[in-house]
Amino acid sequence: MSVAAARQVESTAVRFSPKWISERLGRVGLHVAVIGLTLAWVVPTLGLLISSFRPFAAIATSGWWTALAPPYQWTLDNYSQVLDPATSNLGTAIFNSFMVAIPSTVIPVTIAAFAAYAFAWMKFPARDWIFLAFVGLLAVPLQLTFIPISKFFVDHGIVPDNLSSLGLPPWLGLWLAHAGYGLPFSTYLLANFFRALPSDLFESAEIDGAGTLTVFFRIILPLSVPALASLVIFQFLWVWNDLLVALIYVGGAPEVAPLTVNLANLTNSLGQGYQLLTAAAFFSMIVPLAVFLSLQRYFVRGILAGSVKG
Amino acid sequence: MHSSSLVRALVVAVAAVLTAVACGTSSTANAGTVHVIAVWSGAEQASFMAVLKPFEDQTGIKVQYEASRDEDAILTTRVGAGNPPDLAAAPGPQLLTSFAKQGKVVALNSAIDMNAYQANYSKSWIDLGEPLKDGKLYQIYSWAAVKGLIWYNPKNFQAKGYNVPKSWDDLMALQSQIKGTGTTPWCVALESGSASGWPASDWLKEIVLSQSGPDVYDKWVAGTQKWTSPEIKQAYTTWGQILGTNDGNVYGGKQFMLATNFGDVGTPMFASPPKCYMLNQASFITSFFTKANPALQPSTDFNFFPLPDINSQYAGAHVVAGDAFSMFKDTPQARKLMQYLTTAAAQTIWVKRGGKISPNKQTSLDAYPDVLSKETAAILVNTNIGRYDATDNMPADMKAAAWKSLLDFVSNQNNLDSILANLDKIQATAYK
Amino acid sequence: MDFSVLLTDIPTLLVVVLGVPAVLAAYIVGGEFLVRRLPDANRPQVRPWIWVGPAIFLVAAILLIPAISTAVQSVQDNQGNFVGLSNYATQFSDFPNGGAWVAIRNNIIIWLIFYTLFTLAFGLVLAVLFDRVQYETVVKSLIFMPMAISSVALGVIWKFMYWYQPAGSDQTGTMNAIVTFFRHDPVAWLQDQWPNGIAVLNNLALIGAATWGITGFSMVILSAALKGIPGELLEAARVDGAGELTVFRRVIFPLMMPTIVVVGTTLVIFALKAFDVVYVMTNGNYNTDVLAFRMYNLLYLSHNPAGASAVAIILLVAVIPVLVFNLRQFRAVEARR
Repeated sequence: MSVAAARQVESTAVRFSPKWISERLGRVGLHVAVIGLTLAWVVPTLGLLISSFRPFAAIATSGWWTALAPPYQWTLDNYSQVLDPATSNLGTAIFNSFMVAIPSTVIPVTIAAFAAYAFAWMKFPARDWIFLAFVGLLAVPLQLTFIPISKFFVDHGIVPDNLSSLGLPPWLGLWLAHAGYGLPFSTYLLANFFRALPSDLFESAEIDGAGTLTVFFRIILPLSVPALASLVIFQFLWVWNDLLVALIYVGGAPEVAPLTVNLANLTNSLGQGYQLLTAAAFFSMIVPLAVFLSLQRYFVRGILAGSVKG
Repeated sequence: MHSSSLVRALVVAVAAVLTAVACGTSSTANAGTVHVIAVWSGAEQASFMAVLKPFEDQTGIKVQYEASRDEDAILTTRVGAGNPPDLAAAPGPQLLTSFAKQGKVVALNSAIDMNAYQANYSKSWIDLGEPLKDGKLYQIYSWAAVKGLIWYNPKNFQAKGYNVPKSWDDLMALQSQIKGTGTTPWCVALESGSASGWPASDWLKEIVLSQSGPDVYDKWVAGTQKWTSPEIKQAYTTWGQILGTNDGNVYGGKQFMLATNFGDVGTPMFASPPKCYMLNQASFITSFFTKANPALQPSTDFNFFPLPDINSQYAGAHVVAGDAFSMFKDTPQARKLMQYLTTAAAQTIWVKRGGKISPNKQTSLDAYPDVLSKETAAILVNTNIGRYDATDNMPADMKAAAWKSLLDFVSNQNNLDSILANLDKIQATAYK
Repeated sequence: MDFSVLLTDIPTLLVVVLGVPAVLAAYIVGGEFLVRRLPDANRPQVRPWIWVGPAIFLVAAILLIPAISTAVQSVQDNQGNFVGLSNYATQFSDFPNGGAWVAIRNNIIIWLIFYTLFTLAFGLVLAVLFDRVQYETVVKSLIFMPMAISSVALGVIWKFMYWYQPAGSDQTGTMNAIVTFFRHDPVAWLQDQWPNGIAVLNNLALIGAATWGITGFSMVILSAALKGIPGELLEAARVDGAGELTVFRRVIFPLMMPTIVVVGTTLVIFALKAFDVVYVMTNGNYNTDVLAFRMYNLLYLSHNPAGASAVAIILLVAVIPVLVFNLRQFRAVEARR
């Protein structure tokens, strides 16, 4: 039974008794707290949203809340400039962003799932030390890997121009790099999740004669859906919003550059045009939010409950 | 698990993709490509593309341009990995010079028409492009800007009966006069993301050049003039006089200076009533004025006068800055593009669009879109003691330290000695 | 848009999205067949290596080898000669305000404590509270939204929030509007080194912006863990008469501990690696320097890779206590099995 259901078990308090009142107040308090916290959290984003509909002259001289009272100076200028087909090839850029983000999510999540299972449920020499090394490597600053890996890619022809002429996808190097960068966190998260699964699961499966493969694909993976969903959200998001790694391994040429490069180039070298970034930020937020919302249904309680009982 | 059928499907899919690609469009035979990296994005990128268009049309060479604001990181990585672009432009020589020192840059003496270059550019631009002092040209300059212009609102000046100061003493007198009426004379804004502090360094450079002359200036740039030397220290204290004790001569005091983006420096000056009367900025600040307030007109609402000479011995000295190009790969297409960029024809295209000045003597003054930019160009052409932006010509960490020192100076002018001592320490290791 | 690109790229995408998991699964299954051919005793010795193989290979190639070469470079000078610990000596010189000390104290004291604490606390509180309301998805999405924003946009938002206008002028920044509403002078949030140059205020301002951006991460993971707690346990506690706070303390919090450790560890590492917010908002000025930013400058501005390597190794060494803590946790969980 879920927490929500447990809560709705009929209260045995008499109407308008002190206990009833305090329960109701508790409920009101809860809603006040939730809504209050959320509103406070949303203020900066709200400011950005409103600023994206204001002309630059207004942004520079008055706070965004003044736009809510007359004189109204709403404008769609920022958005039309960001979406202007003449100055930005948004279609290609969005497409490229998907071509970068999807493989860069699929590859590390799959590799991490297999490795995490081994770290969580198999015994092998130096297992804990290797796992710790994974976690430790999470701290490696990416900039230090740029030159050695770039050099390796260049020496072996893993550059967009060469790859395209061979008929291979130009983002191959970028996928491998993102996979490498994403593996420590993915493995760490999944291994801890797998490890938290009750060992009775494996025992009952073993009694039923299931081998490693069956346990992994038929038992573990289905139970891990919330963890896998979280991981997919985060890895996708981090790659989608990444700018520097893409510039290093794939460059800024319009045929291969993702959306972040386009958006970064909205301001000129002196930083002029930052009002366009307000509109650009919202525009670029759409896809990660869509991914988040579509994976929400995997965050449900009760998948595990009852699975061990019989 | 039906892994074998999956594998089979996989092989078929890959084969199909490769066949599709092979039968697809083959690369059209063309005259080649040139890869260029620069910091120009947004509206500047549009201007640069306009410059490149006639070149592409005439030669058939395709130019692949990549804008990259993080140029230090991107270029360092690509050069280090052995994958540099053909050409790269930078807003100052120091990044490109560091590559020239590593031997990664191609000498241009045989790549471009040196006779034309030497005829059309003043000696200082050519010397600037030979940073290793070995007679080899490593950088050419395509566009420039003039620093040390004091902007003011003529209507405000007229309303109060102020006159444009012609000498340093006049400027100091005007400053006190304005202060006497209870308004701060100056607007200064120093924030600029990773380049915060650069507008203050503009002040400093102009003062050093105008006060102590080109020899001291050159030694300072080369790292042989200490920051704690009397001349440099005097430049800081002179700027301190402009700022006033506790930054009292500047609108909003030190918090405003440190927190406000340089692009917003004009807003208080055009407010009504005006919160300040003068500001020091380069020629490109005008587009920031008009963006914030489209009603402003050049010459009537904003005009400039050059910073008055501090020392009559060095009259007419000006600090300039420019965009430098270097070549990393010697290909025929890269050479053609490099040559094109040195011509007045190419440079005029951007000049007409506004925001840049051409260092090429052949560029006609009529190409400039308004009176103010014409006057700025005239300054560039006529200056007899022109020196390149000092901090842009110092090693990167010296420049960063110089900018930071000015922010620290604004925070507390009394810390000057320790600030300068710290700069000396950095100077000792930065020039290796 | 060039539509021929769709013809070649979408199939490629499908090949990767379906092919990579398929190939990996094939590899694992194929490996399992090979393992089955071995005698019983040898199977558990060989099998794990097949499962962790691809991960170890990629991580070694992309992270471990550069990390090792960084360590090597940190004891050389920029020309490749061995110089022992002199790079480290330079970074540790001039205590307390020189060398890397400002960055070290910012990362290890201010960022590590406040960033981690705030993010964990908010994430936990929000996860627990939101679990009990029906409009959970809506509010969770609103809290999550900042994660969907790139670091450049986050910098823009919070620069707007922290905008400063002198006292007496209209404020354009939200924080100063609030502060002046309560009759206080406006504050230069990013430049003010209160108290007395130790710069806690502006570092906290940066941390506030960073926390705002990452709380969605901790909330989502903690929420997933919260939902893994069987409802029966909570119901049983409530039926026994436990108040909400007690349920939280005695049931929820202990059961979520492993996840809290994971999230906490990750946040500590992020705190040590903080870069984007500092780079975009203050450029390390006003005593807001951090180790990753210092390393970036040494590498790309000063062209001093040896110095940059030393700073990176300092950062990696700072992570070790966290790893030790994690090791203890694994051992504890193992012992309980």
